[in-house]
Amino acid sequence: MFDYKGYGHFLIEGAQMTIIVAVLAMALTVAMGLIGALGKLSRFRWARVLADLYTTIIRGVPELVLLLLIYYGGTVLLQHLGTLFGREEPIDINAFVAGVLVIGFIYGAYATETFRGAFQAVPKGQIEAAMACGMNRNQIFWRIRLPQVWRFALPGLGNVWLVLLKATSLMSVIGVEELTRKADLAKAPTREPFTFFISAAFIYLVFTAISDFGRHWAEKRANVGVRRA
Amino acid sequence: MEAETPGLWQRINAVFDLQLIWQSLPALFDGLLLTIELVAISLIIGLVIAVPLAIMRASGKPWLSGPIYAYTYFFRGTPLLVQIFLIYYGLGQFHWIKTTFLWSFFREGYWCCLLAFVLNTAAYVTEIFRGAIQAVPHGEVEAAKACGMSWSLRYRRIILPRALQLVLPAYSNEVIFMLQASSLASVVTLMDLTGVARVIIARTFAPYEIFITIALIYLALTYLIAWGFKAFEWRLTHHLRDRPIVSTTRKGAATEPAVEIPTPTPLNR
Repeated sequence: MFDYKGYGHFLIEGAQMTIIVAVLAMALTVAMGLIGALGKLSRFRWARVLADLYTTIIRGVPELVLLLLIYYGGTVLLQHLGTLFGREEPIDINAFVAGVLVIGFIYGAYATETFRGAFQAVPKGQIEAAMACGMNRNQIFWRIRLPQVWRFALPGLGNVWLVLLKATSLMSVIGVEELTRKADLAKAPTREPFTFFISAAFIYLVFTAISDFGRHWAEKRANVGVRRA
Repeated sequence: MEAETPGLWQRINAVFDLQLIWQSLPALFDGLLLTIELVAISLIIGLVIAVPLAIMRASGKPWLSGPIYAYTYFFRGTPLLVQIFLIYYGLGQFHWIKTTFLWSFFREGYWCCLLAFVLNTAAYVTEIFRGAIQAVPHGEVEAAKACGMSWSLRYRRIILPRALQLVLPAYSNEVIFMLQASSLASVVTLMDLTGVARVIIARTFAPYEIFITIALIYLALTYLIAWGFKAFEWRLTHHLRDRPIVSTTRKGAATEPAVEIPTPTPLNR
């Protein structure tokens, strides 16, 4: 039906890169989300302020702007640092690393809100019982809170994953060879932009469908033994 | 003759080029106007399209609801950038389009971008509004049916006004995301706020100053929108709030809830 004129492998390579980038960015997102949520719920004022600043700024600025700021700005910064140490040649930031770090960092702010709600959803009675048993704060966190937070965080994290998957297409702007970029590269030699972009769109839809399936499975696993009204 | 020791202003200027920011402000302002124009037009047309689609989607008839679900699934499940590229580059593949008058539209980045934004926001708003229609308390709908209201009267008097009020938090979300998504217009060479910034940076090699400036502008706009919606919601839900408590302190009246920036949920990103 579609004639890829020999450039079909571009789509496959692009899809692979998209998955790799999304998974790595998601790992960073979960990490940043946990750190941010702990910051927001911390008893130290400086941690709360920092976490609030983090979520406010990230969610108010377009992802493309942040991505370009870190990528181009970071290059200039490294340039200046380089001249300080006497190195004159141009220093490049790896676009892949920059893309993963920025996307992970940005969606970490959304994950922060998810985890904050999840931590607050752990039933207070269990915390009190733990305190009555004599556990200290550390033990309560590792034994009671953290294992249960996943159950409450999964729906929100599932949404963050879906949005993150689509946001990886922004990395094509800084040259990372993921699906959107590969489709973009294939359009010139084949002169069939529609074919390639609609195929890329279809691949994203397939990823979305698989993710929905996976999320359903994960939520079932996490909610084993929970009685529903 | 000794040179002047640099004052505070000069010291700041050496690290962070405030002079450049000041000079760029007029160009950035033009970009801001285009951004607002794109966002406003897309949102308005998108809303006009989405409300009837949402009503059809909530109707429960599979032959109406199905095609619309396919449309929203496509536009919510694919990245906006791919949608823009599909229209901007993709339509050029069909030679017959080049022969029609439509080509004068689709050759321009502006119309392609606008079309992509409209289709995208209409898809999300359709689903958001459908959720709101289905969230109208069933008791109110039953009472309307018991009063003998026809379908159109029921929708006009009970369901739509209530749904509009329920949709406000999620819709404010959508407006904010549309604002941030508009920065993608720069990828198809439109001179919106981000586009102007990239051109200035290409000429002056000062990414920090310019990008931080537009980040602050976007942040200010986001807060303005969030605050505006909060105020609108406040006025609409007059009847749902308690009377202000008269206390013995001077600040007696109920205070407004703090402004928050909303989180994405499946329906709206």
